[in-house]
Amino acid sequence: MKRTLTAFSVLLVGASAASAADVIAPADVPYGEYGEVAVSLSGQPGDMEKGKVLMNRGAGNCIACHQVTALEDLPFHGDIGPSLDGVADRWEEADLRGLVANAKNYFPDTMMPGFYKYTGFIRVGDAYTGKAGIDPAEPLLTAQDIEDVVAFLMTLKDG
Amino acid sequence: MTTTKAFKLVSGIALTAALGMSPALAGPGPDEDQLVINEDIEIVTEAAAPAHMEYVDTIYSGWRFREDDTQVMQMDDFDNPAMIYVDKAIDAWNTVEGAEEKSCASCHGDPESLRGLRAELPKWNADKGEVYTAEMYVNDCRTERMGAEAWGWNGQDMRNMTALISSVSRGLPVNVAIDGPAQETWEKGKEIYYTRFGQLELSCANCHEDNYGNMIRADHLSQGQINGFPTYRLKDANIVSMHNRFRGCIRDTRAETFSVGSPEFVALELYVASRGNGLSVEGPSVRN
Ligand code: HEC
Ligand code: HEC
Repeated sequence: MKRTLTAFSVLLVGASAASAADVIAPADVPYGEYGEVAVSLSGQPGDMEKGKVLMNRGAGNCIACHQVTALEDLPFHGDIGPSLDGVADRWEEADLRGLVANAKNYFPDTMMPGFYKYTGFIRVGDAYTGKAGIDPAEPLLTAQDIEDVVAFLMTLKDG
Repeated sequence: MTTTKAFKLVSGIALTAALGMSPALAGPGPDEDQLVINEDIEIVTEAAAPAHMEYVDTIYSGWRFREDDTQVMQMDDFDNPAMIYVDKAIDAWNTVEGAEEKSCASCHGDPESLRGLRAELPKWNADKGEVYTAEMYVNDCRTERMGAEAWGWNGQDMRNMTALISSVSRGLPVNVAIDGPAQETWEKGKEIYYTRFGQLELSCANCHEDNYGNMIRADHLSQGQINGFPTYRLKDANIVSMHNRFRGCIRDTRAETFSVGSPEFVALELYVASRGNGLSVEGPSVRN
């Protein structure tokens, strides 16, 4: 009985510790040769519904620059970057994760911000206050946010 | 107001659609409308880029990127909400202030005597040994010649007065000197223009050189020209200064901005002004 109890509590503690421990810190992301990231940044699968919300709002706001037909009920898609329609046909999941985390690994001069980039900025601010911020900075999206966005991007298939 | 004007604007749009847009631009680009203020002052809103611009062939006023209903407000001083502030500045111009008991008019006569000044600003001030903006000239007059208090760079009085100074130069070509003693400041401004600031790592050039004509969310990106400043922003329901605009754009990159009136923004003002050499002075303009 004692044994069972202990095993049970270990399991509980283990579960929460595991999710925190599996989050890959921005400094430790195992970027591959092209910038791809093969493993989940949060250690958890993404939630495409939450990803869909981030495409439109908060620090994601991807449609500020990208047109996405699947989100056409939302107003004002930008045209700074390419349309993301069919993006899952063009890229593997690991690439999409790498592109969102730091697109500059793929396109050095791109205008697309690095959403899991945390340092190396010039005059980093404190969010949108215009005041000085702290380096290293909190990334624009959390590990789980990125997984959620990638899960949504994986639904964007033409064929 | 002016069904005719609105109609002209609409036909400009139709023409644009029929001719097709410049293939370099994915977005709607600048429109084809022409700006004449008070059916009198012709404004050059499109010109060949000055020789010092390496990546742009044609420069456009921000007016060409605005919606028709915003554009129309600038075509007649009675419809231009910024002109209220110009009127206030005319009052201030004639008001005696300070220990010397002088007004601007005591030394300068009519505001029209300053016609031409805006087109050359900012410029090298040999007496002071630095590049001077309109605000700096105004404050020197106030403190040194009137014995009055300096105005805040971004204060209402100063914005009004710079609107008056601009209004009397409307239609003249922007012609800012970038060589000689101003060159060092100009180079510094250029460096700032191309620096990718903040957590979003965006430079002025990313938005206003590489992507003018494109949409960033709901915003139709212009070339970020300053020939129309100070500009009445419908969003603010007031006139805004150039440096305030610079600050807002840098803040939007999640960066620590420079301050209004800082040497960095004076340098940036000189550089950005020089990118408009050949456009007409247009301020005070109307933007959304
Ligand atoms: C400020 C503009 C901007 C924002 C914001 C932005 N992107 Fe991008 N994105 C770009 C540009 C520009 C490219 C093209 C790469 C290049 O520079 O050549 C791109 C490329 C991509 C690509 C590769 C597309 C392809 O077909 O090759 C993906 C995927 C992508 N972005 C996803 C996102 C997601 C998801 C977000 C939000 C979390 C986002 N982007 C936010 C500008 C942006
Ligand atoms: C993230 C995109 C972005 C960046 C970076 C940016 N701006 Fe802007 N800027 C805008 C938008 C959007 C507007 C409003 C629409 C327009 O006029 O382009 C604007 C407007 C302006 C205007 C007003 C133009 C007019 O006709 O009234 C000026 C001037 C300007 N920007 C200068 C700058 C300068 C200088 C920098 C760099 C210090 C800069 N901007 C950086 C997005 C940006």
